[in-house]
Amino acid sequence: MELIEKLQAALGDAIEKVETFRGETTVFVPAAKIADVCRYCRDELGFNYMSDISGLDYYPAEPRFGINYHILSMTYNKRLRLRVMWSDGDEPVPSVTGVWPSANWFERETFDMFGIPFAGHPDLRRILMAADWEGHPLRRDYPLGYETVQFSFNFDEVNKHKPYAKK
Amino acid sequence: MTLDTFSAWEGTLDELKGLVTERAFTGETMMLNMGPQHPSTHGVLRLILELEGEEVLNCIPDIGFLHTGIEKTMESKTYEKAIVMTDRMDYLNPMGNNLAYCLAIEKLADLDVPLRAQYLRVILAELTRINSHLVWLGIHGLDLGVTSTMTYCFREREVLLDIFELVSGQRMMSTYFRPGGVWRDVPSEFEAAVQHVLDTFPGKIDDYERILTRNPIFMDRTQGLGFMSAEDAVAYGLAGPSLRASGVNWDIRKAEPYSSYDHFEFDVPVGQHGDVYDRYVLRVAEMRQSLRIIQQAMSKLPKGPFRSENRKYVPPPRAELGQSMEAVIHHFKLWTEGFTPPKGEVYASVEGPRGELGCFLASDGTPKPMRVHFRTPTFVNLSAVPKLSKGAFIADLVAIVGSIDIVLGDADR
Repeated sequence: MELIEKLQAALGDAIEKVETFRGETTVFVPAAKIADVCRYCRDELGFNYMSDISGLDYYPAEPRFGINYHILSMTYNKRLRLRVMWSDGDEPVPSVTGVWPSANWFERETFDMFGIPFAGHPDLRRILMAADWEGHPLRRDYPLGYETVQFSFNFDEVNKHKPYAKK
Repeated sequence: MTLDTFSAWEGTLDELKGLVTERAFTGETMMLNMGPQHPSTHGVLRLILELEGEEVLNCIPDIGFLHTGIEKTMESKTYEKAIVMTDRMDYLNPMGNNLAYCLAIEKLADLDVPLRAQYLRVILAELTRINSHLVWLGIHGLDLGVTSTMTYCFREREVLLDIFELVSGQRMMSTYFRPGGVWRDVPSEFEAAVQHVLDTFPGKIDDYERILTRNPIFMDRTQGLGFMSAEDAVAYGLAGPSLRASGVNWDIRKAEPYSSYDHFEFDVPVGQHGDVYDRYVLRVAEMRQSLRIIQQAMSKLPKGPFRSENRKYVPPPRAELGQSMEAVIHHFKLWTEGFTPPKGEVYASVEGPRGELGCFLASDGTPKPMRVHFRTPTFVNLSAVPKLSKGAFIADLVAIVGSIDIVLGDADR
């Protein structure tokens, strides 16, 4: 917990709120500040290892996306989760590849799967999906690929989504 | 050949600019596509190489050929039904994937795991680690021209697969670990089967070492190759034996003991040189440590329940259904609707054979996970290949890519 106090003292305005669940601490950070917070965590708090970056879709809530940065301090054996909230149309999230080179592919994956752009990323291309793929598969409004079975009670509802229904 | 005719690159030439040197555009250096069907890329990995003669100037890994949308599919299944997806991610470490996912659920739901189940998980996770290292060793030898390791390692692996079949009915996709414990208690033959492994494997590992460890050709091919310093290894996120070969003493089994790993005595082998040879030495040493852990876990294996008694998460045993109405209700609810863990987000990680395997689980209070994300070690290790392979020869690239132990199912998910 003293970590959080240190963080708040140094970058007070960059900490929106702190949540604890099952012994895991989540620090909410405004998108514009994430690279600064990460650099501070690495240099001053000893979080030398980037474990994971992953997106999270809260659809239909707003702000819609969360980006989780799981960082780890090998020196103090501590983990911390930084969370950035982001919606379509917001400014791109600053990339943290300058802080941890390992963030490179994680950010590409988040971009590929959720369509969240990262500013200052050296190589922001799709990574898992094909280069000409349309859409971002892990968004919650992206269909899974099957067709809903049409019954009399939901006939109209399903009909709306059928390709021919548009013409 | 100019870049206009280099069809392997799917992106635009602008995107290529930051990844290769300028001389690639004038045709002074050569662009070469390696894979995805190259035998030494361990599955379907494509490497786009910029070469000057034999030397690799730049290497651009291209993954996603095995992407099956596992994370997306898991969102549409109940928590328990989604376990089968985890086996199929890293197909050499099915039990480890189960474990990461189950630990995340248990953390989220605050579910207890009986000690017997924890010990069984440790035994099977360590057997899986040996299994994975055996496949790695066989293939790595094969990559470098030692065909005999492959036949030996796969012979021994068969013994382990038989144990997995014994406990779960499946050789590879076992789905044996479940939230709150394991699927069933182990059969009575289990003890003898594991004892056979404990008796024979140390000698077998000596055999592999006799083939490779002091083999001058093998040493020439691997020593000083694919060097990574400790600082770089941490910065680039290398995990597992690849990280420890660079001299970083980090093992999640020691640092954040899960599933009662703190009950056992074992060493974490750490390398010094950070090269391909050290990664080999480390993995062999890890197999011996795994045997040590299994030995202790078998001798201390407690009697008792093998799965939690929490009926809100764990279905009742078949025998109870005929006697208790409540058991019928629980059975029905759990197999139709599934269980509903509280709202929240957790991250659980285990030390897989390839390194930190993390599972991020977000629940919105419904029976299906809102988001499952796996931090897979191969994905991170592969992203360091451009750094590792800079300046190496093409023939050495095969050894470097092999040395970080890639499993493409793990990277692509």
